[in-house]
Amino acid sequence: MTWRSARVIGLRDETATARTLALVVRDWPGHVAGQHVDVRLTAADGYSAVRSYSIASAPSSDGRIEITVERLPSGEVSPYLTQQVMVGDELEVRGPIGGWFVWRPEQLGPIQLVAGGSGIVPLMAMIRSRTSARSSAPFRLLYSVREPGAIFYRDELRALSSQGDSVVVSYAYTRVTPKDWPRPAGRIDAELIASGTWPSNLRPSSYVCGPTSFVEHTTDLLIAAGHDRERIKTERFGATGERK
Amino acid sequence: MAIISRGFAGRRSAAEAKLPPGQYLTNDFPVLSAGPTPHIPLDRWEFTIDDGSKVLKRWDWKSFRELPTETITVDIHCVTRWSKLGTSWEGVSLDVLLADVKTDLSYTMFRSYGDYTTNLPLKDVMNKQAWIAFQYDGADLEPEHGGPARLLVPHLYLWKSAKWVKGMTLMPHDKPGFWENLGYNIYGDPWLEQRYSDQ
Repeated sequence: MTWRSARVIGLRDETATARTLALVVRDWPGHVAGQHVDVRLTAADGYSAVRSYSIASAPSSDGRIEITVERLPSGEVSPYLTQQVMVGDELEVRGPIGGWFVWRPEQLGPIQLVAGGSGIVPLMAMIRSRTSARSSAPFRLLYSVREPGAIFYRDELRALSSQGDSVVVSYAYTRVTPKDWPRPAGRIDAELIASGTWPSNLRPSSYVCGPTSFVEHTTDLLIAAGHDRERIKTERFGATGERK
Repeated sequence: MAIISRGFAGRRSAAEAKLPPGQYLTNDFPVLSAGPTPHIPLDRWEFTIDDGSKVLKRWDWKSFRELPTETITVDIHCVTRWSKLGTSWEGVSLDVLLADVKTDLSYTMFRSYGDYTTNLPLKDVMNKQAWIAFQYDGADLEPEHGGPARLLVPHLYLWKSAKWVKGMTLMPHDKPGFWENLGYNIYGDPWLEQRYSDQ
């Protein structure tokens, strides 16, 4: 797998701390929703640092990919990508990487996505892949965020959710809820699993992505609700969070 | 020739110099697993060694815990690029488990609860290089980190240190396990940066 040059062609803030970078990658071989890339930064003296980021965009054949990066206060790479990079800059990427936590349009069955925080990124690639492939696979997303301002892709998710045959989105707010929200702030619990996810008798395939404690907690709830553990795929990141 | 990233200085420390290429230091203990964490009751735990046709050795938790143990302090390196220095474990050496196993097979496949597998040359799990660890940092190993017991092979990337390990199959030829079938390197030496299958 070789390093490829990638030109930054667009920047978009998702939240106060997260930014989407649109890249055009030279000779990009294409990807599947859920995969990630390595991004390499190199200092003038040759020192380099590499981190992995999930691809947020649907597969496409034009070499264009998007990644969404959450800024970590003590990070080495994420502050650069979210604050210093400008349109026109050249980065280096390698990939795509990962063949497990992926969704392909040939999968016709119901899909349950469960995201904690920036764990939404690879799941958004799956949602976008579904749209671009004109798939009619039934999708649901349960998305847990700290507070309303922490939602990535807010308008796009709202638009999808308001279309009839599309992706049903439910939110969980762990610290602060929107005004007049029917539930108090708190972690996902059995009640929210029951109301915000497919019933287990539909035998959905589930993809759960987020911080380790979130993934442990929600997969335990899914299994307690009768979901087969073999049909649950997970991707976790630690407090360092630079891999998603 | 790498592209210079305008204005990027990076952060370097003396400790980073001790790391394999492309790794960075963390004080956390991140988790990488492909599926839900299995919770295995100790009275149903077992570890077996087989040769693909018959079981050569079998331990339940009680007989396993009666084996001599060692305290191991090692650096660990995850393929997702974090490294953690000086981690402390307690476990049973594979040398103990293999002591009276006679075989001319050269490869192994470790098997886990939850159906994970990973392959290793037999020589890489002998001679004080591999343990079945059941304590981390003085406490019972948490399920999310592989408890009740996981393989520990610190000289290779950490995906080789199979969590929730339940057995080892001796094989005549090398064969890819779970991640090795999904694009990761068949061997996984962090010092040679063997992350992916084409490296």
